Amino acid sequence: MDQLLINVLNGVSAGLLLFMLSSGLTLIFSMMGVLNFAHASFYMLGAYFGYALASVFGFWAALVLAPVVVGLLGALFERTALRRVHKFGHVPELLITFGLSYVILELVKLVWGLSSLAVSPPPALQGAAFTIIQSASEGLGLAWGNAPAERCAGVAGVRCSTFPATRMFMMGVALVMLVALWLLLTRTRVGLVIRAALTHPSMVEALGHNVPRVFMLVFGSGCALAGLAGVVGGVTFVTEPSMAAIVGSIIFVVVVVGGMGSLAGAFVGSLLIGLLQTLPLTVDKSLVHAAATLGWRIVPGDFAYPLAKITLAQAAPILPYLLLVLILILRPRGLLGTRED
Amino acid sequence: MARSASSGSTDYHFKPYNVGRWVVWGLFALALLLAPLLWTSSFAHTMLSQMGIAIIVCLSYNILLGQGGMLSFGHAVYSGLGSFLAIHTLNLISAGKLALPVSLVPLAGGLAGLFFAAALGYVSTKKAGTTFAMITLGIGELVWSMSLMLPEFFGGEGGVTGNRVSGKPVLGVSFGPQIQVYYLIAAYCFVSTAAMFALTRTPLGRLLNAVRDNPERVEFIGYSTQQVRFLSFMIAGFFAGISGGLAALNFEIVTAEVVGAARSGAYLLFVFLGGATFFFGPIIGAVLMVIALVLLSELTQAWLLYLGLVFLFMVMYAPGGISSLIMMNLRLAAFGKLRALWTSYLALAGTAFVVLVGAGAMIEMVYHLQLHAALGTEMRFMGATLDADAFDSWFGAVFVLVTGLALFELTRREFLRQWGTVQEEIEKEVKRREAL
Amino acid sequence: MAPAAAPALELRDVTKTFGKTEIIRGASLAVQPGERIAIIGPNGAGKSTLFNLISGRFGATSGRILLNGRRIDGMKPFEINRLGLARSFQVSNLFTRLSVFENIRCAVLWHLGYRYAFWRFLADLRDANERTDEVLAMIKLDKRRDVLAMNLTYAEQRALEIGITIAGGSSVILLDEPTAGMSQSETRRFVELIREVTAGKTLLTVEHDMGVVFGLADKIAVLVYGQVIAFDTPDAVRANPEVQEAYLGSALAEEGAGH
Repeated sequence: MDQLLINVLNGVSAGLLLFMLSSGLTLIFSMMGVLNFAHASFYMLGAYFGYALASVFGFWAALVLAPVVVGLLGALFERTALRRVHKFGHVPELLITFGLSYVILELVKLVWGLSSLAVSPPPALQGAAFTIIQSASEGLGLAWGNAPAERCAGVAGVRCSTFPATRMFMMGVALVMLVALWLLLTRTRVGLVIRAALTHPSMVEALGHNVPRVFMLVFGSGCALAGLAGVVGGVTFVTEPSMAAIVGSIIFVVVVVGGMGSLAGAFVGSLLIGLLQTLPLTVDKSLVHAAATLGWRIVPGDFAYPLAKITLAQAAPILPYLLLVLILILRPRGLLGTRED
Repeated sequence: MARSASSGSTDYHFKPYNVGRWVVWGLFALALLLAPLLWTSSFAHTMLSQMGIAIIVCLSYNILLGQGGMLSFGHAVYSGLGSFLAIHTLNLISAGKLALPVSLVPLAGGLAGLFFAAALGYVSTKKAGTTFAMITLGIGELVWSMSLMLPEFFGGEGGVTGNRVSGKPVLGVSFGPQIQVYYLIAAYCFVSTAAMFALTRTPLGRLLNAVRDNPERVEFIGYSTQQVRFLSFMIAGFFAGISGGLAALNFEIVTAEVVGAARSGAYLLFVFLGGATFFFGPIIGAVLMVIALVLLSELTQAWLLYLGLVFLFMVMYAPGGISSLIMMNLRLAAFGKLRALWTSYLALAGTAFVVLVGAGAMIEMVYHLQLHAALGTEMRFMGATLDADAFDSWFGAVFVLVTGLALFELTRREFLRQWGTVQEEIEKEVKRREAL
Repeated sequence: MAPAAAPALELRDVTKTFGKTEIIRGASLAVQPGERIAIIGPNGAGKSTLFNLISGRFGATSGRILLNGRRIDGMKPFEINRLGLARSFQVSNLFTRLSVFENIRCAVLWHLGYRYAFWRFLADLRDANERTDEVLAMIKLDKRRDVLAMNLTYAEQRALEIGITIAGGSSVILLDEPTAGMSQSETRRFVELIREVTAGKTLLTVEHDMGVVFGLADKIAVLVYGQVIAFDTPDAVRANPEVQEAYLGSALAEEGAGH
């Protein structure tokens, strides 16, 4: 039970990180019609800049500074490159962000090298946020921080599972960002314009809101959000050059599954896929086992054996993509999609 | 001019024998035939073989991108799965279980490409534009991830190997020597190129262009846009599979990376670089792809960075690719205006070279510090010795770069001015001719 | 004695709601084969929406649309086109990077039975090429056959727009504001063109220009707030008090005096 709870929390925290990224992507896409292929690259830049700035100014200052730097870089890119391509249509816009992702990756490898960085979280975020203690006699218990050794180590019938403080912090930042975004969208004038652009971009354009400066601001802000996710993700997970590629394709799946241009869809899609990637990791059963419960034996040498022997845990990486295919067949506009693209 | 009698049986159609077309295709065939005789080293033969393979897959990619307006990030799936099926077929032949001539193995790859394009394309072509691009990305990742999970078909870490010297030799051709493989590739390349060119002159090909230009209007003239896209997707998958099959024969090994995102990205990058708007653009792109992947990566560690930067500049300043640049200048030449610009071109090339030297020096120095610090800080760059740690090396590089940039900007402005003038002159000429 | 032929196009109580707004509120119309109808009405009455519903661009919320007696509501645009209905667009909807010739040829291919053929060359399709030349001559663009659609003048684009619409030989033609944006003289020439190319067909046009309406149409349908409030000969419509009140008022009376 304790393991299950921790896994659910892991899934939710992964989903919230995905939301931090996909929300920025959705905002940029909705306002500008540009799908920022380099969004995950800005995430990576956030992690690397966070590391670099933290070594000089400390983690908490870096948490504020790194997203700003990343946002400024994003705005600069929009101003110099993306704007020039805007008139050629959506495909060249996608292509230029595609090219940017290559360039950012190579520059990161150039400056910081090929191997992963040893990023240690600040003292406040080290260790476990809390421990769930499952004991046969007392049932489920909770201890803040790491549980004291005498309650866990070597005690018969007791199992402890910890939840890292960094993940807890990541969830916290994501939720704060979520609330701030919600307040921005529902309570401010800027938010009203953005919401209108989410469903009726051409109308917003006709009302005169598509000034180049707004584009630059939106693109920069989207990248800053990705950068913030990067700072947090960098201390929680591994900081290495491949981190952009790993998360990059997933956030596009999130956006398509949730529905292009829908923030609520991005939220639901993120959580769904976060859980889909994490929960199955504990299930070591495969179709062979499932068939066995029905009394049907599949053995090596059978035609379907290679497919059937794959456990759910092994299949976890492809589940989001299978969901993508399923959604496309059954509900092509995504779970909460409103715009026909 | 065509005149037809009312019965329709005695028509006189004045169709001049299209000499130009025969010349171009003849030259192409000649080039394919003679290339290995001009460049005789085995390294050259390997590269030529790879170019032949790349030409087929890049042309097939352009059916989607240039002709159909469909941006796919997962085309390597079809060439890669074609490779896998081909190598398994080859192994069946080696084991004596299948009596198929080795020269027909690429067709097995083609059929695999067709099959998977039918299955996966049905889902992919349900949507268009950006969504389609994301779907192809997702499906590419799906297949790539599956490749790691099914070692029986994908061979796990080591991939699947095969032996192309299998079965009975036909007419003494065993495909042992590379030159024999090259000519097989050349034959498939010529036929595939001709077939894909022919496609552009059929109803489906033309409707595909119509779908690219205005997918909505196509529906109102009786065609289903999705059906047009789906059929074209399958045809593109077929030729991609043939290319993959040839690659399986050429390398005699297929690993999971043939379906990976890096390869799909390479197809996109180089087809775009070659130019998606003209039929021969991807051919240029394919040749560049092999040169970059084989030669450039040997010259410098920073080749991917240079590639990415070139791509960025292409998207911004020449979205039609190299082929469009060639065609623009051919148009200039046709009007006799090329001579006026060639000094400008020379100046541009010269200053661009200076910029590249400066930037290249800096990038190479950083790479050297990053990767080869243990070897000391001295390195060779373009015949000069640079000290990656010394101030004057850096100062020199920066100086060259800045000077180059300034000169380039000046020549660029002058070039634009001249270009504008020439274009105006051409417009006037065109109008004059129309009035005749 | 043959039974009475079904109307070429019939609308029965068609409604269309976007979100909470009902644009078409029960429109009914029956057009006989060969009739030439102009649909007029104030801005926002739903004329373009009606065309979009008939041609399948959107689906109706309720009601029935019948083409030659056959239900077409809910069908996709290409299915409706294959059954014999073609439409033009108010904003020219062309194949921008194809030449004038190619634009028209694409429009004739399906109706000549060529489907998705990738085994035949376009150059060898004699009937398609001849038909294309015919249409080009009809719309007077034969001298511009190799010009890319995006390089045409505005009037030429409108002509090409009509050409694409009639090229397939559909029996029911819908023209959405064909003379939009044209000068007086261009309009006069264009109306002549429309009359020529749609001879013998069932024609529905949305128009604002009353001169065009009276020049082209046998009957006028007046659409106000999503409902057809009158459908009759021009004289009868002019005299209809409801119409006068809702829309035309003095403008129509003046036109009447001029004829």
